[in-house]
Amino acid sequence: MKNKSRLLSGPYLFWAISFIIIPFCMIFCYGLTDKSGNLTLANILSIATSEHSKALSLSIELSLIATAICLLLGYPLAAILAHMKNSSGVIIFVFILPMWMNFLLRTLAWQTLLEKTGVINTVLSALHLPTINIINTSGAIVLGMVYNFLPFMVLPLYNSLTKIDENVLNAAADLGANAFQTFYKITLPLSVPGIISGITMVFVPALTTFVISKLLGGSKILLIGNVIEEQFTQAGNWHLGSGLSIVLMIFIIINMLLSAVFDKDGEGSVL
Amino acid sequence: MKKRAFPGINTVLKKIYIVLIFIFLYAPILTLIVLSFNSSKTRAKWGGFSFKWYILLFSNRDIMEALSTTLSIALLSSAIATVIGVCTCVGLRKMKSTSRSVIIGVTNIPMLNADIVTGISLMLLFLSIGMKFGFGTILLSHITFNIPYVILSVMPRMKNLNTPVYEAALDLGASPIYAFFKVVLPELLPGILSGFLLAFTMSLDDFIITHFTKGAGIDTLSTKIYTEVKKGIKPEMYALSTIIFVSVLILLILVNKPEKAAKDDVAPPQPVVIP
Repeated sequence: MKNKSRLLSGPYLFWAISFIIIPFCMIFCYGLTDKSGNLTLANILSIATSEHSKALSLSIELSLIATAICLLLGYPLAAILAHMKNSSGVIIFVFILPMWMNFLLRTLAWQTLLEKTGVINTVLSALHLPTINIINTSGAIVLGMVYNFLPFMVLPLYNSLTKIDENVLNAAADLGANAFQTFYKITLPLSVPGIISGITMVFVPALTTFVISKLLGGSKILLIGNVIEEQFTQAGNWHLGSGLSIVLMIFIIINMLLSAVFDKDGEGSVL
Repeated sequence: MKKRAFPGINTVLKKIYIVLIFIFLYAPILTLIVLSFNSSKTRAKWGGFSFKWYILLFSNRDIMEALSTTLSIALLSSAIATVIGVCTCVGLRKMKSTSRSVIIGVTNIPMLNADIVTGISLMLLFLSIGMKFGFGTILLSHITFNIPYVILSVMPRMKNLNTPVYEAALDLGASPIYAFFKVVLPELLPGILSGFLLAFTMSLDDFIITHFTKGAGIDTLSTKIYTEVKKGIKPEMYALSTIIFVSVLILLILVNKPEKAAKDDVAPPQPVVIP
């Protein structure tokens, strides 16, 4: 078995090369050539056109806001959950369950909730409160991002917070640290792998989404994901689409490197 | 721990916070369930309580076809991914650490990469080798993004494997394959099972990668919903997703209950987590 068992990873090696590595290179092949096959940087440089750079900067802005909100909402939540030892299994289960309903439908349901005469506004006006009007704005897109990706933030945070040894916290208290010092000097640094992993898990899908912007942003707001998707499904310009994807991948790779540096042991992983 | 971290926050506030997040996460789901009983065809107004979409659902051939495509792709892709993934994990154990970390690194690409990029890259691959877009291309793509989930679920179990027991089996005359099935596989089983479930769910819920690799004439539930967005979603879809949601809810409650009794297991069973 010793020598032969190594061969068992052969099929995956073949699979990974054909369906992960080669396709990855294909994006570069298409992105760096034009339709007649000549080498060009035009596809990548087209990110500088005002339409594309506007879409990219809006995507970055919205996904950063969504990531920050997810972190602010998710950290206390993960901390509360990590502290509730017996019920945490049930509660985690409750927070994961929404993912079993199709994500397009869940996002669409926000339309019904947010519309001018939607559920939320009906309740607000019944209570004589000012109504909110965020459907088809970037606010609705951020809400959709936070809604869809919050669990991706909570789970890595929860995993890294439950791994903190209680004795370390007790030692800090015994040595005279107050609650704030304990949190700032111990809990926070020890949960950094979870924070980084959570940020990666939220930022990448938020940056590249085209579905949420399409469903909640009306058709007026274009994110970089929408621009790329259109190149492939409508405009049929795969070269341009690939070129823009390469630009997008720069951000993704930065993110991957960050998580590789801060989370060497995969401590903050979702699984 | 928490008490020291935020001393001012007492239990009541914590509970309120959890409930608020709970409402945020479940409001859309409740909306969909309510809409599935709405006898009016539009989302905008309430036309009275009715079961009619549940009855019409089963005679809607389009939706039933999409459902069967979705389920067969999810089942096939997760089963194949599980076999390949488990073999890989067994193989990785005997590999040099450098080649092992290369493989793990490659495995992380589809996990960390954006779905849109994965989808586009696979689409370009199928285009350039002239493969016909359809069931086959969707299946290949789903296997591709499912294998990493299986590997990442099985790997931790593999690391904690009780090697002396396996060696004892060999010393006592078991063939390596017999020993593998009798000793190693049962120990890996919880990891394999959660990997399979995870892969199944990821496949079931995927939209973006399917969108780019499906071709015309075939639809999964996700892509069907996406094409219906402009025309207005058929209320049968709400009925179907309510049925799926409620059955998964019941199933998960049944599956997770006995886990409590087995809590003192050596490696705690991983909760079924669906990112």
